[in-house]
Amino acid sequence: MTVEVNESALSIVQQSRAQLRPALKWLARRAEPVVITLGAILVGLALFSLFILTVGKSPADLFRFMYAGGFGSWFSIQNSLSRASPLLLTALCVALPARLGLVIIGGEGAVVLGGVAAAAIALPIIGLLSPIIVLVLMALAAMTIGGIWIGLAGFLRHYRGVNETISSLLLAYIAIALMNQFVEGPLRDPASLNKPSTKPLPHDYMLGNIPGMDVHWGLVIGIIACVVSWILLEMTSYGFAARIAGGNVRAAQIQGLPVGRLIAGFTAIAGSFAGLAGMIEVAAVQGSANASLAAGYGYTGILVAFLARHNPLAIIPVAILLGGIDASGGLIQRRMGLPDATVLVLQGTLFIVILFGETFYGRFKIFNPDLWKRGA
Amino acid sequence: MDDTAIGLWGVPLAILAGAIRVSTPFIFVSLGETITERSGRINLGLEGTLVFGAMTAYAVAVMSGSAWLGVVAAMASGALFGAVHGWICKWPKVNDIAIGIAMMQFGLGLAFFLGKSFIQPAAPHLPAIPFGFWSNLQPVQAALNINILFILGAALALVLWWAFRNTRIGLMLRVVGDSTDAARAMGIDPDRVRLLATAVGGSLAAIGGAYLSLYYPGSWNERISSGQGLMAVALVIFARWNPIGCFVAALLFGGAGALGPALQSVGVTQGYYLFYAAPYVLTLVIMIITSSPTRALSGAPGALSLTK
Repeated sequence: MTVEVNESALSIVQQSRAQLRPALKWLARRAEPVVITLGAILVGLALFSLFILTVGKSPADLFRFMYAGGFGSWFSIQNSLSRASPLLLTALCVALPARLGLVIIGGEGAVVLGGVAAAAIALPIIGLLSPIIVLVLMALAAMTIGGIWIGLAGFLRHYRGVNETISSLLLAYIAIALMNQFVEGPLRDPASLNKPSTKPLPHDYMLGNIPGMDVHWGLVIGIIACVVSWILLEMTSYGFAARIAGGNVRAAQIQGLPVGRLIAGFTAIAGSFAGLAGMIEVAAVQGSANASLAAGYGYTGILVAFLARHNPLAIIPVAILLGGIDASGGLIQRRMGLPDATVLVLQGTLFIVILFGETFYGRFKIFNPDLWKRGA
Repeated sequence: MDDTAIGLWGVPLAILAGAIRVSTPFIFVSLGETITERSGRINLGLEGTLVFGAMTAYAVAVMSGSAWLGVVAAMASGALFGAVHGWICKWPKVNDIAIGIAMMQFGLGLAFFLGKSFIQPAAPHLPAIPFGFWSNLQPVQAALNINILFILGAALALVLWWAFRNTRIGLMLRVVGDSTDAARAMGIDPDRVRLLATAVGGSLAAIGGAYLSLYYPGSWNERISSGQGLMAVALVIFARWNPIGCFVAALLFGGAGALGPALQSVGVTQGYYLFYAAPYVLTLVIMIITSSPTRALSGAPGALSLTK
C-alpha cells in the first residue's frame, strides 16, 4: 500500500518537474543579470562599509540614515522621485546610443543647452500664449537643441570617424561655455546679482506637481520616455537594425541597413531626451536658466545607464534608487558629520563593482540551461 | 613700469605665459595616458587620479611641510589608482572605457571626502625659476617665471619619445599595444605590461594634480580641476600617441585657454565666456580635420579599443 502511494507521488513530482522545466529555464536566463547585479551591489556595500569603518563611523548607522533619507518616509520618497526625474532622461541619452555600440558621455551638454533654449524661447512669448503652449514650445526647443548637440557627436562618428566619447565630452564643455555666455550676456536678468540667471518664469508657466504629490511632472515625462525608448529598442525594426549595426557595422551595411542614418537618428533622439531634462530643470525646479543646470545629471546618467545595462525599463528603478541615494546625502551630512562627497564615494564604489561583475556573465552553469544535467 | 608699457604686445605675451602656466597638468596627464594607451588600454579615469593626486599632494605638503614630498605621495596614490584600473581591466568582458568613468567618479568622491579638512590650511608651494631676470618689464618677468615641473615635463616628453623607439621596454610596450597575440608569441605577458603601464600613467597624471594644488592655482578645493584630466585624454589622440606631440598640444591648449583673459586685459570683453570654449573647439576642430571614416588613425596602437 505505502509503496504504491510513494510511486504515484513520485510520478506526480516527476511530471510536475517536467512541466516546470521550461519555466525554470526561462527564469534561469532572466535571473543572471539580476543576481549578478544584486551580488555586485552587496559586495560594493560591503567594501563601502569597510571604508566607513576605517574613518571611524558606523556603517549600520549610515545605512539606516540612508534608508531614512531616501525611502524612509513619504516625504523622502517624494524627494527621491523628484531627483530621479532628470536621471531617467540623461540615462536614456547613454542607453540609446549604447545599442549601436557608442559610448556617449557628454549628456551634460545637451541638458545645459536644453535648459537655455527653453528659457530663451519662453521669455519673449510669456503672456502672449497660454501656459500649456509655452511649455510645449519650451520642450520642443530643448529637445531640438539637445538632439542637434548629441546628434552631432553621432554624425561626426559615422561620417568623419571622430571618436564619439571624446567629441561628446568636448561638446559638453563647449555647451557650458555657451550657457555662461547667454546667461551672463543677452539673456541675463539684471535683477540677478550674485547668481546670474535668466528672468524667472511666472508661476503659472511652471511645470506643476503631479496631483496629490510633491513631485513635479518631470517624473511622469521621464517614465514615459523610458517606456517609449524600450518600445523603440525592443519592438521596432529600427531597434533591431541598431543592434545589428552595433554588433558589426560591415554586416549591417551588407544587409543594406542605413547605418549612418541609424547612428545620427539614435544619437539625436538620445540628445533630445537629455535636452528635455534641461527644460524640466528650468520649468519645474529652477524657474530660470542658470549655472545650476550643470549639476552633473549628465554624468550620473552614465552611471544609471550602465547599472541598468542599457535597458530603458531597468533605468526606471535604478534612477529612483540613485535619486534616493542622492536625496539621503543631506541627512548623512547632518546626522553623522560626514562630508557630502560620501554619496559620491558610494556611487563610485557601486559603479566599479557592478562593471567588474560583467566578467561573471556566462561563468555560472546555473544560469545556462543548456549546460544543465539531464533529469537534474 | 606698468602693464600698459608693452601695449598690445601684452596679448601674445600673456598667451605665452598662460600656455606655460596652464599646460603642465596637460603635459603630465597626456604623457601618462600615452604610455597607457601605447600598451593597448585606455584610462578615462585620469580626471579622478588627477584630482586625488592634487588632494594627496596638498595634504602631505601641509603635514610634512615639504612640497616635493607631496609630489612623491601624489605619484604613489596615482600609481595605486592606475594599478586598480589595470587589475580590473585585465578580466574578460570588462569595458575599460566604462571602468575609467567609474574610477573617475570614485577618485573624485574619495578626494572630496578625504580632502574636506584640507581646504583651509596653506601648503608650501613648488619652486619656480625666474627665467625673466634679464628683463626689467614686470609682465615679462612674470611670464618667464617657470615652474620646475614644467621643465621636467618637457624633458620627460623627450625621454619618452626616445625611449619608445630605442629601448627594450619601449619596444615591448609597443608590441603589446599593437597585438596581444604577437606579444604572447614573444613570451611577454600582456596583462602585466598593461598593468604596469596603467600604474605609471596614473602616477604621472597625479603629478599634474600636484602641480594644480601646489603651484597654479596653488590651493586645494573641490573645483580645482575643470576637466583637465579628461581633456588630456583627447590631447593624446590628436597628438597621435607621440610624446613630443603631447607637449606641443598641451602648450597649444594652454595658450588657447589663456586667450580670453589676455584679450580681456587689453579691453576686449565681448564674448568673454566664449573664449573659455576655445581649447575645446580647437581640439574638436583638429580631431574633425585629422580623422577619417575609412582608415584608423595613424599611429594608433592596434589593440586600443578607442580607435576601433
